[in-house]
Amino acid sequence: MPYTVNGNTIETDEEGYLMDLSLWTQDIAAAIAQAESVDMTDEHWQVVNFLRDYYNEYQIAPAIRVLTKAMKEKFGPEKGSNKYLYDLFPYGPAKQACKIAGLPKPTGCV
Amino acid sequence: MSEEPVFDTQGVVKKFMYVNRRAPYGTIYPLEILESVLVAAAFEQDTSVAFLDDGVFQIKKGQDPKELGMKNFSPTFRALAGYDVEKLYVEKESMDARGLKVDDFVVKVRVVSAAELAKLMAEQDILITG
Amino acid sequence: MLHTVNKSPFERNTLDSCLRLAVPGSAILLIEDGVYAALAGTAQTAKVEAAAKTHEIYVLGPDLKARGFEESRLIGGVKVVDYGGFVDLAVAKGTVNSWL
Repeated sequence: MPYTVNGNTIETDEEGYLMDLSLWTQDIAAAIAQAESVDMTDEHWQVVNFLRDYYNEYQIAPAIRVLTKAMKEKFGPEKGSNKYLYDLFPYGPAKQACKIAGLPKPTGCV
Repeated sequence: MSEEPVFDTQGVVKKFMYVNRRAPYGTIYPLEILESVLVAAAFEQDTSVAFLDDGVFQIKKGQDPKELGMKNFSPTFRALAGYDVEKLYVEKESMDARGLKVDDFVVKVRVVSAAELAKLMAEQDILITG
Repeated sequence: MLHTVNKSPFERNTLDSCLRLAVPGSAILLIEDGVYAALAGTAQTAKVEAAAKTHEIYVLGPDLKARGFEESRLIGGVKVVDYGGFVDLAVAKGTVNSWL
């Protein structure tokens, strides 16, 4: 199901991940979030931006265990927990947050 | 009420070694092995990675395959520490034969002789070579 | 451990790497184009003969037959196995390392 953002059609795979990661914009992220029924707050954007930085550095989307560990190192134990991330992204932070961040599905994510 | 099938893999940890023998970009093997390393690590297996023969070229610094329309996956080796994959080995004979030094690599590796690597291989439960 | 090698030693260095990294006492099974390494009287023979002193060397019969070679052409000490023998070796030797 492609997203339509500012008059442009953005192609996705069958699970809703962007086909072309380079097309990502904040507006597209907002459209994906809306389709996922996620109300984006500053906390949501912080995770999404963190994932994009991680991807730029390592060229992969992190597994959930790796994401929580890296979040903990950067933002402290409260934000580096499964609970915090699942509260923000109820269908799975790795799946939902990566999708909104325009990244591929994390490897090892079934 | 019928019972759900139980897959009791919790806590089962095996020693996996992935052995890279091919240069990047020429074949799909290196990328497939790397994906597989990430899966094993995501499932918290005791995972190590070895580079020998042309596989040592996979971790050469400064790769830029943009013009080939391919992804530079060498930075992903630097993510392995975050996955608790900390055992990265380079076979000294292969490295020397190709004129490479440890400073050429994108990640910190342990350089081992063929004899040492042979011993490490013999200790594994699962070996994936490609 | 059981090592399998499926590349011709005349084309690739796969067999060399396997021999360098297979600990003494482990088994090496030559399959597909790897079977050419088991032949006597080739430029590769000396290397494989030397390896046969410290390792068990096997060759997969159907792959040898397909390529027109009979057992009489093999290096002494190399044993021929069929598919069932391949399975038995894999079970007996524990870990399998497929050199591709």
